Amino acid sequence: MTAAAPSTESTRTAKAWEAAATVCDPEIPVLTIEDLGVLRDVQVAESGEAVVTITPTYSGCPAMLVMETEILGAMRSAGFEDVRVKTVLSPAWTTDWLSDAGREKLRAYGIAPPVRASSSRQALFGKDAVDCPQCGSSDTERVSEFGSTSCKALYRCRACAEPFDYFKCL
Amino acid sequence: MPNADLKPETLFKYVLRLADDQLILGQRLGEWCGHAPTLEEELALANIGLDLLGQARSLYSYAGEIEGKGRGEDDLAFLRPEREYLNALLVEQPNGDFAVTIVRQVFHAAFMVPFWRAMTASSDETLAAIAAKSLKEVEYHLRHSSEWLIRLGDGTQESHRRSQDALEELWGYASELFEMDALAEEILDCGIAVDAAALKAEWDATVNAVLERAALTRPADSWSQSGGRSGRHSEHLGHILSELQYMQRTYPGLSW
Repeated sequence: MTAAAPSTESTRTAKAWEAAATVCDPEIPVLTIEDLGVLRDVQVAESGEAVVTITPTYSGCPAMLVMETEILGAMRSAGFEDVRVKTVLSPAWTTDWLSDAGREKLRAYGIAPPVRASSSRQALFGKDAVDCPQCGSSDTERVSEFGSTSCKALYRCRACAEPFDYFKCL
Repeated sequence: MPNADLKPETLFKYVLRLADDQLILGQRLGEWCGHAPTLEEELALANIGLDLLGQARSLYSYAGEIEGKGRGEDDLAFLRPEREYLNALLVEQPNGDFAVTIVRQVFHAAFMVPFWRAMTASSDETLAAIAAKSLKEVEYHLRHSSEWLIRLGDGTQESHRRSQDALEELWGYASELFEMDALAEEILDCGIAVDAAALKAEWDATVNAVLERAALTRPADSWSQSGGRSGRHSEHLGHILSELQYMQRTYPGLSW
């Protein structure tokens, strides 16, 4: 029986991760907290206690409480009764943690994903060169570095004239 | 706690000073909601205020842990009298016109960028983690306010005049940011605090570069005002608190 124990435990942990990973960002419902890189760790102790570790995108992110509540709900539905959500600040969240799947989901949703390569930054004031998620044109301009949530900036496409959100680099 | 000689109440006060700076400035920025010159700018000021509020929450929670008397972030943010707030006088100064708000923000952000950068090396793990997180945020706060000051200073005659007036009005409050008193020195000796006085050169370089591009004149050092770190405030803080604390004073213990 001793040989079976670790695999059972890792299966339980995998199941717990899967449950926590179904929770979506309330502000951008196409992204899960796993896509975002907000979900950092899930551990299930021998006692059955599950600890889900998350990290905020921005210090003042108002979605943290909602995510926490939804994680508790998702874990209970998956059969984990004893659940604790732990918030950590270190290492600080970065848009580099956004998964490739997450980036594609963002684009399909109409939000330009964060620009990765630093070479795409324009010299003046360090603005990112962002492609329009509607028509793909790179002829875009920043309207404001700040948008409807902390993680987004407002852009406008000069080619198709559509305004759009840009998930900015952090 | 890395140093056994350090009293918890000393570190508690140091963290409170930091928390109060971010809370009060965040509250000031929130006052622009519904009044900013454009919708985009309203979102910007509210976003920056929200970042500062988030930083304040982390700091208050930690301060409450250090104190160990069961006070949480809400107790510390909402239920202290005016004289127990330890923020610098700069952050409680009224919003004034848009130029005053922007100059205040440049002064604060140009200080917080090197401050948080230095704090990431603190021997206190919690403060180092808060610093790493906050540094990313104040970097774009500084970019935002600097870009505005350049536009205003190098804009119309009216925007130039107002920006220069704002600089003169707030200049005397900047020096308090760099003050090191016995309490800060003690925590610095433990490897926890940042030597604020040592950040003056970088602050000067940042501010001078922005002022030059903004075609504004650096004010002469004449009067300066301090006292916030020991709870002696300008007449403005009481008015901020009356609004900030209203709900908790009216409905004690209220929670969402």
